[in-house]
Amino acid sequence: MLVAQKDLRIELRSKVALNQVVPFALLVLVLFGFALDADRASLTNFTPGLYWVAILLASVLAVHRSVGLEAGEGAREGLLLSGMRPESVYLGKTLALIAQILVVALMMLGGVVILYEAPVDDGLLLVAALFGAVLGVGAAGTLYGALLGGQRARETVLPILLLPVLSPVLIAATRAFGDAMGTVATDGWQWTGLLFGFGAIYLALGVVSHGVLMEEN
Amino acid sequence: MSATGSRTTRVLGVAVLIGAALLVYLAFVATDPDVRIDATSGEEIGQFDAVRLIYVHVPAAIIAYLAFFVTAVGSAVVLKNRSVWWDLVAGASAEIGSLAAALALITGSIWGRPIWNTWWEWGDVRLLTTLVLFMLSLGYLAVRRLEGTAEMRAKRSAVVGLLLIVNVIIVNRSVEWWENQTLHQQSTIADATIEDLTLFTLFFSMFLGLAAYVWMLIHRFRLAWLERQDERFGLDEAIERRRAEAEGVST
Amino acid sequence: MTHVGYLIAGWGVVFVGCGGYAWSVLRRARRVAARVPDERARWMTSRDAERIGES
Repeated sequence: MLVAQKDLRIELRSKVALNQVVPFALLVLVLFGFALDADRASLTNFTPGLYWVAILLASVLAVHRSVGLEAGEGAREGLLLSGMRPESVYLGKTLALIAQILVVALMMLGGVVILYEAPVDDGLLLVAALFGAVLGVGAAGTLYGALLGGQRARETVLPILLLPVLSPVLIAATRAFGDAMGTVATDGWQWTGLLFGFGAIYLALGVVSHGVLMEEN
Repeated sequence: MSATGSRTTRVLGVAVLIGAALLVYLAFVATDPDVRIDATSGEEIGQFDAVRLIYVHVPAAIIAYLAFFVTAVGSAVVLKNRSVWWDLVAGASAEIGSLAAALALITGSIWGRPIWNTWWEWGDVRLLTTLVLFMLSLGYLAVRRLEGTAEMRAKRSAVVGLLLIVNVIIVNRSVEWWENQTLHQQSTIADATIEDLTLFTLFFSMFLGLAAYVWMLIHRFRLAWLERQDERFGLDEAIERRRAEAEGVST
Repeated sequence: MTHVGYLIAGWGVVFVGCGGYAWSVLRRARRVAARVPDERARWMTSRDAERIGES
């Protein structure tokens, strides 16, 4: 909790997520619009997929930011010396990351509704799927972020490590959104269940392995 | 004699080469193409000679999964008792595994073109799982190459290696759920139409693949070992040599 | 024989891939081995003796 507070307070003061990650994600949406020749019908049709690809790319940035907070000036040692258990550090950082990605995702949702005219049939399902997916992204992102730590090569290695891992999230979230937006005939709640399942598995993996990673990195 | 060879590996290597020649004979001369007569129309159907591709595709796929299983086992042992030996085995196996996964994907694609009439089929579970396995393996190998102390490297790689298998299972489950269908040949082995010699050739190819995997694993492991020794002692010894040289000059 | 092009491509890529990989491993091994004295190149003996972090 303390760690989450710390990360969020840093974010509130620096507004990196707000001022850099959100614009980046919106920019990706605009680029999709250019790439698809501003064809409204296909943009509306592909909204779930485009939306989640943009979120995943933006999340990679957010993870970098989250890890970067501990990368400099012995911040990690400070965290270790505070006597907090590695599990709570992991959960705290995950919580902070989830909160930030949620903000990004909600703003993006507004973006696709305006830019792509995405229809929202089932708002409840949409929000539930959003929470499930962000949970998974946050849990896996924090875990792989911690793994790479202050590595100089982190910028290039993190995406190739994290994005394949998140491919199930992409599949499930796209399907659930497709149902919520009425573009795909499928049971979105099942997919939402899968998203929460993925998130739970990764939270558990993170809690278990974070101790190993923290102690000597 | 090669640097990482021993009598065992030489015998094994020669056996693999002979086996490969034998496999070519079995696959192209001894076995028949897959041609069946359609009961209603009387036309010839089947995969014809394209079936001969399964003798490289199936072993490649099996070795890929086996190799990453070995990597996962090795990673678990490393996390448990910090074994150097298993760390190197896990890394060596992953490298061979990603080669095998790439070969399985390429040969599968080449086979799919005439038979499924497409280079790539998005609706197939095993195809997508293997693709994700391949991409994850590239990530694992990238992590192994990161800077840091040997200790950090081993620990990091072990965590990624274990997660890799977990990820493959998750991806497999979710893709299956996604498509809930597969174009893939459902265990053709149980199919009564497959002939004895074809079956034997298929098993022989898997066995040969296994032997080739073991040969590569031993050599790759020994290479990793040498590199590690070089990294640890190379500098000290180079300094010593220089010192000895300098003394030789001064006296 | 049908599908000759596909067969050559498929088998070819496997043989070239495996052969190329084996060759590169052997070549790298020879280069490193020249720098590592024989007594340090015995891989099996210290299988259980060594742990990461010890030296």
